[in-house]
Amino acid sequence: MAQRVANADGGAPMKLLKRLMCTARRRSPWLFHMNSGSCNGCDIEIVAALSPRYDAEQLGVRLEGSPRHADILCVTGPVTRKAVGAVKTVYDQVLGPKAVIAIGSCPATTNVFIDSRTLDGPLDKHVPVDVFVPGCPPRPDAIIAGVAKAAGILAERSMSVTAGPSASVAAATFAQDDKQNISDEPVKEVQQ
Amino acid sequence: MTLLTALARLLIFPGLLFAVPAAWFFLWVERKSVALMQGRVGPPFMQPFWDFMKLLGKSTPARPGIAGLLMRAWPLIAVSAAAGAVGLLPVLPSSGGFEGDLILLLALLELPSICIIAAGFSSRSIFGEIGSAREAALSVSYNIVFLLAIVSIAASQHTFRIEALAAAPNSPLHWLGVLAILVCLPAKLHINPFSLPNAEQEIYAGPMTEYAGPELAMWELSHGLEWVAGTGLVATLVAPHLAIPLGAAWLAACIFVVLCVVIVLLLSALAAATARLAIDSSVRFYWQCTLIFAILAVSSAILMRIRS
Repeated sequence: MAQRVANADGGAPMKLLKRLMCTARRRSPWLFHMNSGSCNGCDIEIVAALSPRYDAEQLGVRLEGSPRHADILCVTGPVTRKAVGAVKTVYDQVLGPKAVIAIGSCPATTNVFIDSRTLDGPLDKHVPVDVFVPGCPPRPDAIIAGVAKAAGILAERSMSVTAGPSASVAAATFAQDDKQNISDEPVKEVQQ
Repeated sequence: MTLLTALARLLIFPGLLFAVPAAWFFLWVERKSVALMQGRVGPPFMQPFWDFMKLLGKSTPARPGIAGLLMRAWPLIAVSAAAGAVGLLPVLPSSGGFEGDLILLLALLELPSICIIAAGFSSRSIFGEIGSAREAALSVSYNIVFLLAIVSIAASQHTFRIEALAAAPNSPLHWLGVLAILVCLPAKLHINPFSLPNAEQEIYAGPMTEYAGPELAMWELSHGLEWVAGTGLVATLVAPHLAIPLGAAWLAACIFVVLCVVIVLLLSALAAATARLAIDSSVRFYWQCTLIFAILAVSSAILMRIRS
């Protein structure tokens, strides 16, 4: 995919700029944390990932207060019926290029709450999910690995999105990515 | 000050060409030192630069009308004001300046704060409005002390030229004024314990809640430039100007940077050691605890002036 983009628009300065932007996106993932009805277990683990023991700030991770500032949306919880609207709104408030991480087993499969009449999950029914971090709750290392993976996806995607003339190619790869992530492999394992 | 030296100061040293990397460096020093004090490793050296580049590449929501125009204008005004304030600092010995440049410097230092207040209100976000109201209340309280401290230094030397103030022999009154400025810097830079205007998580991101992409990048840059201007002002006031030989401009520049980093470290230590104060406690701190010293400094400066 990277080769195709490089061929699509030439010019060394543009290529350099694109590579710079790609590195910047990989190195500066800002998170917005959203709870869609979680039991608070995963939320505690996200905070633990930023604590001195795990220190995600080494990767440039910052937990932002506003979804407008974020690149990566971290969703916990099995998406209750009350939370569906909020999840969609917050997803739209995060500006592109963006990625979504489903943290814990709940947003991936609704976990033990499956078939509950108060749920409208799992998460990928409502928004495209890029990385699933399994676990109940997942360890902070796994969350950090997931964030790093999402930042990598973001960087790769930005290479194709910023290519002006090959917008259709970008759209195609987008669709392909989404298809890969959502329908073919519902759960992406994160190496622990 | 000729046009050429003025442009050189504004664009090269200590202006934009120096100030922008210095702003990133100071932001990194702040984050890294806070991380080390908390027993973490902290962000890599290039982190503020990567953050800035990434934000430049993000999209912004479409905002039609005059509100969108204003929201795009405030961060640019803040950045140019902060860069202008850095450009006015007399870092190099005999770098020129004009009578009254202290007043211009104070106005430029104040402008980013006013832009933040206006930005929060023009974003029409409820969190932005809360943040702006807090910023306004805080600004009214710390600025009295800040301005009185600078007036006391200026009154004791009877001039509004920054270079003359910087070159003046250090008296106890001078140090009192510098101390008062230092007390105001955490509020001016929105760090703990006075981080309540943009209280992270508590009111989302305060006045910055609705800002995204390149606009947010400009706010980050203006925040970094405020660091350079604020610490630079203190550094020029305490730098031993008379001890530096006239030709050694590089020495003056090095002393300036080292002093600035020391002040950044001091402020980061304060930020790491304290928690956020509520708005009433912050306002009370400035009005009750520090105002009396600022008034004492001003009155003694004026009395000394009359006696001599």
